[in-house]
Amino acid sequence: MARTRLEPGETLDGFLIGEPLHVGGMAALWEASHPDHGFPLLVKIPRISEGEDPAAIVSFEMEQMILPRLSGPHVPRFVAAGGFDRQPYLAMERIPGASLVTRLAALPLPAGEVAAEGARIADALESLHRQHVVHLDVKPSNILAREGGEAVLVDYGLSHHAQLPDLMEEEFRLPYGTAPYMAPEQVMGVRSDPRSDLFALGVLMYFFATGQRPFGDPQRLSGLKRRLWRDPVPPRKLRPDLPLPLQEVILRCLEVLPERRHPSAAQLAFDLRHLDSVALTARAQRMRQDGWAKVVQRRFHPDHRPRFGAEAKPDAAPPAPIVAVAVDLPCDAELGESLRETVWHIMTTLPGARLACLNVLRQARITIDTTLDEAGRNKHVQRLVELQGWAAPLGLPEGRVTHHVLEATGPADAILGFARSNGVDHIVMGARASSVRRRVLGSVSAEVAAEAPCSVTVVRPRTRIE
Amino acid sequence: MRLAILSDIHANREAMEACLADVARRGADRIVLLGDLVGYGADPAFVVDRAREMVAAGAIAIMGNHDEAAVGAHGGMNAAAEAAAAWTRGVLDEEARAFLRRLPMEEEEGDILFVHADASDPEDWRYVQEAEDARRSLEGTEARVVVSGHTHVPALFGLTAAAKLVAFRPVADVPVPLTRPRRWQAVLGAVGQPRDGDPSACWGLLDTEAPSLTWHRVPYDIAAAAEKIRAAGLPEVLAQRLFRGR
Repeated sequence: MARTRLEPGETLDGFLIGEPLHVGGMAALWEASHPDHGFPLLVKIPRISEGEDPAAIVSFEMEQMILPRLSGPHVPRFVAAGGFDRQPYLAMERIPGASLVTRLAALPLPAGEVAAEGARIADALESLHRQHVVHLDVKPSNILAREGGEAVLVDYGLSHHAQLPDLMEEEFRLPYGTAPYMAPEQVMGVRSDPRSDLFALGVLMYFFATGQRPFGDPQRLSGLKRRLWRDPVPPRKLRPDLPLPLQEVILRCLEVLPERRHPSAAQLAFDLRHLDSVALTARAQRMRQDGWAKVVQRRFHPDHRPRFGAEAKPDAAPPAPIVAVAVDLPCDAELGESLRETVWHIMTTLPGARLACLNVLRQARITIDTTLDEAGRNKHVQRLVELQGWAAPLGLPEGRVTHHVLEATGPADAILGFARSNGVDHIVMGARASSVRRRVLGSVSAEVAAEAPCSVTVVRPRTRIE
Repeated sequence: MRLAILSDIHANREAMEACLADVARRGADRIVLLGDLVGYGADPAFVVDRAREMVAAGAIAIMGNHDEAAVGAHGGMNAAAEAAAAWTRGVLDEEARAFLRRLPMEEEEGDILFVHADASDPEDWRYVQEAEDARRSLEGTEARVVVSGHTHVPALFGLTAAAKLVAFRPVADVPVPLTRPRRWQAVLGAVGQPRDGDPSACWGLLDTEAPSLTWHRVPYDIAAAAEKIRAAGLPEVLAQRLFRGR
């Protein structure tokens, strides 16, 4: 018979059980080690004795399905599993250190820290979403960190995998999740939208920035549903020194309809890392909740009630890549036009895509305080203006395009660095026109194409046949 | 053990050969032919011949309704299917007919039951399309996992002790764990006449150790198979539907 308790010192399938770490509502965690695995391990046992929540079994089954398929730095490495026919357990890598719960005592956090932490969590969500998984239980206690700083998401017991049967969906009519963090569509039973995780991250950032939860901690379904029609107190009302762009980003995460949130976790991370470039809307300025007339209308008027599920299919969110275009300035007119044309095709085909326009301002050497160099600053501003001028004919709205002048000694390294740290999906750049310069200086586009973590399109105007 | 399951080949030589090449590439320990070797397609003799060789080499083969129709008992078929069955009867030699006649209705392998249609009454040839069909099928047998075909549409249904049922449309080439103690009804797509909108041939790889099941899809020379159907004078609709996968 399967047990729900283990004793320190006993072995289970070769795993030497250590101290108990945590006993939760659905499972208990134990330290463990194994001679074949030279890193700290954790063994998880579901609570399946009589009288326990039946969700414990199903959620354990789900985690057993999902965890072995996940990879990368943002998930604990799967090691082994035992089924219900004997002793059910999951053995995985133990991430040392404490979860984000330990930060709660220090709330509210400085705005910069909230944004940085949010960006790291968004990176982890992006990695998860690309592996077809929606976490659906993003909250401080499920977020740990590696020594390198990468956020690690744990506990896939409530998660949804777009390519696997969703056992939770059929089994339980009530939504499963953690009340303060659950997205409105999740409350209504939609489990397949990756943007539900962005809502939860918005709740977390709101909480970290203000010390208060935007929707409290409701204990009943009626209380959970309140977030469908009652908007939260704007964070700047609670914390007036919060930067406008951070309020803009947090409130966008907390939008009731998923399609009004960021189209992807990568785009959310991008905004959090470039708060200065975030396009501000009415959200940023808001200082009070909506009036009662509006709230009553949302709650009772059939035309104003939020509707979910129209897009509720596997991998619900449409593709929303981050495209970076590298523009040489001053730009050759013909090449500039070809570049714009290529970018225009991408941006019109994919309405969720966003564009980062890059120009590399070459530094002969790295000076210590370039910011104090008046000539350097003027040059930087001048480049930014030229870059905006290049992009203007594309007619992209403010929220879809950002402009970045990168100061660096090597253009290829600067472009590659930007692509890596911002989750860029596609780099578009021009080929160097003159073959003489290319021979002498080497081809930047060739270097970028060889090293890039994503697709690279090299644009060259059609040579005329003489 | 890795079992390669081919269901509803329907006398489609091109699709069968493409699937068997894919099976060889991915590796399997044993072949399971899940019924309907013949009917609809233009190569029944070839397909039955290959099936006999495979069974002699240790493969499992199950009876399907079109196999039954080709050797006598038939009824309840639409006009095109009946025309194909009549044509097939004329093409098969006595040896092939004897092989089809001897096919078992079901076969058990550990906790897995192989059957062409609904497991609660295999000879009634009922479709397993909806969750409730799967419930009836699973409740009619002791086996933990039932693997069937017949509908030509890939599907997976899971049943818990609490009698809750989950329905799932499998994604090509992604293994789905058949977790214990949950019971599962898996429905393979067709090798020789897909009807789920994807015209590529479908076969299944069942890993009994994991345990997991993967629905693989394989492109094949549809034009050649369709041309043979036309050349044999079989109804045009049987050629057309191969291109549409409907």
